[in-house]
Amino acid sequence: MLSQENRLSFFLSFASLLGVLLIWQFSTLPQASRSPYGIPDGNAEYQRLMGRSAVASTVRSDFPTPGAFARNAIEVLHAPFHNNGPNDRGIGWQLGASLLRVMIGYGLATLVAVPLGFVFGLQPVIQKALNPFVQILRPISPLAWMPIALYTIRDAELCAIFVIFICSLWPILLNTAFGVASIRREWLNVIRTLEVRWPQRLFFVLLPAAAPTILTGMRIGLGVAWLAIVAAEMLVGSSGIGYFVWNQWNNLSLSNVILAVLLIGLAGMALDAALAFVQRSVRYAE
Amino acid sequence: MTLFPFSRRPYAFRAAPCDHGPALACQCGSTYPGIFTTGHENGLPTGAMSAQASVPAISRRHFLGAATGSAALAGLAGLFAPHAAMADTAPSGVVEKPDLNIGFVPISCSAPLIMATAKGFFQSEGLNVQLRKTAGWALIRDKLLDGSLDASHLLSPMPLALSLGLGGNAAQPIRVATMQNINGQAITLALKHWHKRDPRDWKGMTFAIPFQFSMHNLLLRNYLALHGLDPDKDVSLRVTAPPDMVANLKAGNIDGFLGPEPFNQRAVYEEAGFLHVLSADLWDGHPCCAFGTTASFAEKYPNTYRALQRAMIRAAYFMQEPSNRLEAAHIMAQAAYLNQPEIVIEQSLTGHYADGLGVVRDNPRRSGFSPYPYPSMAVWILSQFSRWGYLKENIPLQETAQRIFMIDEVRKQAAALALPAPEDGQNNWPVLTVMGQRFDAFHPPSYSKG
Repeated sequence: MLSQENRLSFFLSFASLLGVLLIWQFSTLPQASRSPYGIPDGNAEYQRLMGRSAVASTVRSDFPTPGAFARNAIEVLHAPFHNNGPNDRGIGWQLGASLLRVMIGYGLATLVAVPLGFVFGLQPVIQKALNPFVQILRPISPLAWMPIALYTIRDAELCAIFVIFICSLWPILLNTAFGVASIRREWLNVIRTLEVRWPQRLFFVLLPAAAPTILTGMRIGLGVAWLAIVAAEMLVGSSGIGYFVWNQWNNLSLSNVILAVLLIGLAGMALDAALAFVQRSVRYAE
Repeated sequence: MTLFPFSRRPYAFRAAPCDHGPALACQCGSTYPGIFTTGHENGLPTGAMSAQASVPAISRRHFLGAATGSAALAGLAGLFAPHAAMADTAPSGVVEKPDLNIGFVPISCSAPLIMATAKGFFQSEGLNVQLRKTAGWALIRDKLLDGSLDASHLLSPMPLALSLGLGGNAAQPIRVATMQNINGQAITLALKHWHKRDPRDWKGMTFAIPFQFSMHNLLLRNYLALHGLDPDKDVSLRVTAPPDMVANLKAGNIDGFLGPEPFNQRAVYEEAGFLHVLSADLWDGHPCCAFGTTASFAEKYPNTYRALQRAMIRAAYFMQEPSNRLEAAHIMAQAAYLNQPEIVIEQSLTGHYADGLGVVRDNPRRSGFSPYPYPSMAVWILSQFSRWGYLKENIPLQETAQRIFMIDEVRKQAAALALPAPEDGQNNWPVLTVMGQRFDAFHPPSYSKG
């Protein structure tokens, strides 16, 4: 049984969706044809060449109506895994290619950032020494890395992965360092007194203690990675959801661009939800 | 003149007619009447430009090598030993690198590349080509130089700019393997400028071009300069990707563009703009896109290089045949290639089109295809590079041109395929007529800018 509050929020959520759809529908209604600037309509052959329907009284709206969008979306999603060579793959393949890139780049970033974060957290001297560099590198946009990466790495595929890596590195690094540094002094004193050996200290005390903060960093990092991949693929991609957006924009096909935007959002949400689940499992109460 | 060792060399490379294997569809019987024979139908009444470009020496005669002429030539050549010549041209050489990645930008200029793939011309040369749709010219350049593309669709000024190290890159020798197309571009203006057909009224406008080292940029600059505007001061030129050109035209951010097809026709189709003038009416027979690779690739894999040339030559001849254009439009419209409405591509390829101002027009010369890279065209491009300040040093123009636009290689491979030679009298240095002005590659005009 839904609580009063839940029911209300569900209703509001549904109403706002409906509102957006209605505004969309009304703002994209076909308008009466009136050639601007007094340009004549032309003969029947002209109408055909312009792709106007036999009913010449309406013109297409620039932006697809919700109905047109839905029809198009069903058509595209009907065969998400079709494969007509590398230049024409279904949207499922593209999403998969993007996810794979993110997993590789993000995985590498985690492998580098978590150990480095431990060093930072346990050795304040090192943190102080390297912090200025981290602070300078952290706010750089993924797209600003692109030309440098292309010129030095000289491989478009590796470039995309590099951009993911470099973007998701910083939040994981800083959160890990913070999480490790704020482990309670008492616990550290206890393991020191008991002379616990390093592997045990790491895996039974430090890691579990810092895990919730590390996971927060990893969630932020994954979000950034997913933001960056779309931009990177629009620039260098030969596959991936960013490439799909570019390719559809090349055809000025807004329906497909909107569909891709929705899927990017959904996939990003799913990724975040997966990490949130992991995060819940490592949470502890002091 | 020792500078030009190839010009006017007797034409001894023609293979005996029709002795190629069954793999090569025999095209000897087919004629290439060429779209240039149809004469001047219906040029755009473009104010200043309606003074139709006069018949340029080169393009008009390009493909007039119809059945009669070429058959006679072929017969003659059969008398003069064809064997020696066949040694380095025969399709017998083993292809060193059969699996190739070739880049293209999804515009109509890439029609020969697409047709060479779709019609199996690459395959019949023993090549397994994977076409890679690429998001822009800068990326094409980077991918070609870093080797992730073996060869690529290029704007014809790019091989020159890259070989000379213009635009900040280190000089990288590039070769034009074949040309892809001639004509097939246009100046599109926003609908609101329907009454501003005289370029003298264009002061303060913003125009989009696809790339700095493009024929689009050079043609537009020439056109503006011809009408008394300084393209660097009186207008602003903005490098823009073609789909963004259409969107920006619609949004009113730019006033017009000189862009590749099918985006000019697409702007008309989207009711964003109209076709002010076709590039065919500015300079009939102007080069647009090339197909090329690095000199190191060509030297390392000579047989592969020649096989690529042959496939692309066949594709250009295929595309030049007007009766193949509808089929080509159908193939090019597919999502894997141009991903555009078929009817839009059809109009730019056939030259039967809506002009955006309510008139259906016919200009069969709107799009043309020719594999022959004339070095005189390269000299024109180089002279424009200096004119607009991209090229600062004095370089030997003709030598540079023929080092990169190696037309005789293409002639040899076309002869090996027994395709009719272009009716240019084997002259690699035709005098060009650019926007009504004569251009002699040996006496390029000295431009005084500003």
